[in-house]
Amino acid sequence: MADVATLDRVVIRFAGDSGDGMQLTGDRFTTESIFVGNDFATFPFYPAEIRAPQGTVAGVSSFQLHVGSWDILTPGDQPDVLVAMNPAALRANLGDLRRGGLIIADTAEFTPRNLEKVGYGSNPLTDDSLAGYELHALDLTGMSVRAVEQFHLGRKDAARTKNMFALGLLTWLFSRDPAHNLEFLDAKFAAHPQIRDANKAAYSAGYHFGETTESFTSRYHVPGASLERGTYRQVTGNRAMALGLMAAAARAELPLFLGAYPITPATDVLVTLAEAKDQGVLTFQAEDEIAAIGAALGASYAGHLGVTSTSGPGMALKTEMIGLAVMLELPLVIVDVQRAGPATGLPTKTEQADLLMALFGRHGEAPLPVIAAQSPSDCFDAAFDAARIALEYRTPVIVLSDAYCANGAEPWRIPDLSTLPAIDPRIATAPNGPGDSFQPYRRDERLARPWALPGTPGLEHRIGGLEKADVTGEISYDPLNHETMVRLRAAKIDGIGVPDLAVDDPTGDAEVLVVGWGSTWGPIGAAARRVRVGGRRVATAHLRHLNPLPANTGDVLRRYRTVLVPEMNSGQLALLLRARYLVDVQSYTKVRGLPISIGELEADLITLIDTQEAR
Amino acid sequence: MTATSGLAGVPLAVTPLTRKDLASDQEVRWCPGCGDYAILAAVQGALADLGVRRENLVIVSGIGCSSRFPYYMNTYGVHSLHGRAPALATGIALARPDLSVWVVTGDGDALSIGGNHLVHALRRNVNLTILLFNNRIYSLTKGQFSPTSERGTVTKTSPEGSVDAPLDPITLALGAGATFVARAIDSDRELLADVLGAAAGHRGAALVEIYQNCPIFNDGAFDALRRKDAPALIRLRHGEPITFGDGLGVVRDPGTGRLAVARVAEVGTDRVLVHDAHDPDPTTAFALARLTDAPLTRAPVGVFRAVTAPVFDDDARAQVRMPAASDRLAALQRLVTGPDTWTV
Repeated sequence: MADVATLDRVVIRFAGDSGDGMQLTGDRFTTESIFVGNDFATFPFYPAEIRAPQGTVAGVSSFQLHVGSWDILTPGDQPDVLVAMNPAALRANLGDLRRGGLIIADTAEFTPRNLEKVGYGSNPLTDDSLAGYELHALDLTGMSVRAVEQFHLGRKDAARTKNMFALGLLTWLFSRDPAHNLEFLDAKFAAHPQIRDANKAAYSAGYHFGETTESFTSRYHVPGASLERGTYRQVTGNRAMALGLMAAAARAELPLFLGAYPITPATDVLVTLAEAKDQGVLTFQAEDEIAAIGAALGASYAGHLGVTSTSGPGMALKTEMIGLAVMLELPLVIVDVQRAGPATGLPTKTEQADLLMALFGRHGEAPLPVIAAQSPSDCFDAAFDAARIALEYRTPVIVLSDAYCANGAEPWRIPDLSTLPAIDPRIATAPNGPGDSFQPYRRDERLARPWALPGTPGLEHRIGGLEKADVTGEISYDPLNHETMVRLRAAKIDGIGVPDLAVDDPTGDAEVLVVGWGSTWGPIGAAARRVRVGGRRVATAHLRHLNPLPANTGDVLRRYRTVLVPEMNSGQLALLLRARYLVDVQSYTKVRGLPISIGELEADLITLIDTQEAR
Repeated sequence: MTATSGLAGVPLAVTPLTRKDLASDQEVRWCPGCGDYAILAAVQGALADLGVRRENLVIVSGIGCSSRFPYYMNTYGVHSLHGRAPALATGIALARPDLSVWVVTGDGDALSIGGNHLVHALRRNVNLTILLFNNRIYSLTKGQFSPTSERGTVTKTSPEGSVDAPLDPITLALGAGATFVARAIDSDRELLADVLGAAAGHRGAALVEIYQNCPIFNDGAFDALRRKDAPALIRLRHGEPITFGDGLGVVRDPGTGRLAVARVAEVGTDRVLVHDAHDPDPTTAFALARLTDAPLTRAPVGVFRAVTAPVFDDDARAQVRMPAASDRLAALQRLVTGPDTWTV
């Protein structure tokens, strides 16, 4: 029997062919982590092709899970454990593995043909090239096939249970209780007893193999985390986004309307809302991105909370309609789940390069609020906030998420919806002008115009994309009126109240400030923590509101000798901060379609801090 | 339960509206002699005749001369983006069954930049009435050939004649599976009123092409049809034989099944095709539309097709179940909480 070693955190990556069921395997291991009370963060990584050629590096799908006993901020960048179901999975992922890390590889797939496909001249499982790792070369396929023999599956189906065998082995290796997954398999395959029993048998066989084999010298235990008290669930960013939109509509007592066109990595927002018809949600899968936002704007005009969700290519197409929404001054939420661009780019990979498009990518002067989500569960709050601002200020609002936030999952302390602020949409019911007339562009104290819904007698009015006369809303080509309206629209957005930028500076005397936005929150927080553990001082601040920016932003930036701005783009926030505040911030950019590496950022921060202190 | 009238669910006016009630206070700014004036008057009259409340009428337009229409109507209205009116109107129709939603568009707006949205609004059968003003020219940008301009049309951007093959809105709509397709002419008030009334009463997407004269950039394009008794006019009336001009009738070739024009006196009354607008098969309606020729010497007008089919917005709403207001937050709380939770 192997000893049990206690770890405070571990990063595990499951990697295989895109048909090998790695996403399910990772997801199940995450659920097991929940039952032992671990904190966790996950990151699925899959190719753009649904089934890329088998056994190729292009076809490798993986799922990374970071579990720990304390406050996990990211899915981690260096796995400690790699499960490689074939040579391609090994080839694609070995470079990331921590030196000395543990590899479990399926020998059955390491055939000369498969090795050759990915350019291995000799078998890495036998040629000693992996001597620096703890290698467990096991015939996962063969053992699975034997474990399910009694169920008389075809050879192919029998071999497909190898992911459950691997999961069973990991369950044993990490001292988890196999009961939860056996229950899950019972429920998942209730309608297919043969498949159910085969998967359970393979899973149990993997678990028992761990128990009886002597190849593992140690088992591991990751104790539960001391999370804040409360009831938790696992949530992905896209699901949290959908729930946040629903919560805002409910708190505003309005119906929710989503117009969307399927696009990676935003589609799950549409899927989640399409499944919520019993919550009163109307979803419209449009013929294109333009119709999706057009219908959402139409629904808003008719009194719904109109929302559209998309990714970069869709944002480009929606641009003109967003400008119309600015002109019409109607509530509208635009969710942009960013992916690496330009053009089709890397559709399944993450990036933050739509920031300047969100802020400025329209013709004419068309300012609007921009809000960024910083983690999967934070998508809920970002969506709620965006909808509230859209409704209260009658404006389109862009919410920026990204593939990393959208597909990643983490524990989420379930909010009590009744404690969320109520949103008053202030729908117009009576004339507001002289002689019982209705003036659609007469503004309230927030500079918001009245929202008068069709069907309301006496408030009939016409709106459109042509410039409006101040107050009356009639068509106006008057030069001075145009200038008035441009400035009024800008003043309305500038006047939106956003909380001050909070600074985390534990020692209070750091000289380096790291400013981020969006999903770099996790990597920046984790890197800063490591830097501090090493005895150095560093401050961090994270921007949720990109427009309007918090009023104290300039003061915060000027307080530090050096401001570093890490982004998954070529320096878009840095450009903005420099322009707006004349502060010489240092841009730190990574554009690989991957989250910023904690290890790299930590090392670069240490160099920066040490160089600075030496000056 | 399936509603059968396009106006089902739209509240009725207590006191009947007149044409004047529907005119806004805005000065109408089309060119003198523009066909749009006659259409505006006819639409105001037709909408008043529907008997529904003014505040429940919504007119959505795109961009172009015709798309200024909403400003002149004392109803709710949105002057939207070039080509995108059907998209906004779809959102409005989905959101609100109590509204009568009208789209006003032109040949460039609906068939060129917005062709995609038109096709999808029609094939989905959204409960909208779409008025397509076809003047066969881009007028607001001062005279360029449009997707309905005849080949050879000389304009500023086709100085040696257009080499574009034109698109016919009627055949396009029929091809898209439209459930109501009709054609009218700006100069024939009576026909226009009839067609508009029938279109408004249709549950589902109704496309009405209106031949509209542009006196500035394409004057006289429809002169062959302007007189009420013009021999070129093929008036389609459901259940009646299709005859026109001086003793002409539409017949079906028994060999090929194709439609042709023949002298009734020669072929006999029995062989003249009887118009069936309710035929579920659009083949004959398509063949009738193809009788429209170029240069224009004959064109069918009236209702080509009016059939019943599932209505997109009705069916979409039928799937949505809004919890009672008192239970809404609790229902959402259950979804937010989900089935797999753990407590710390």
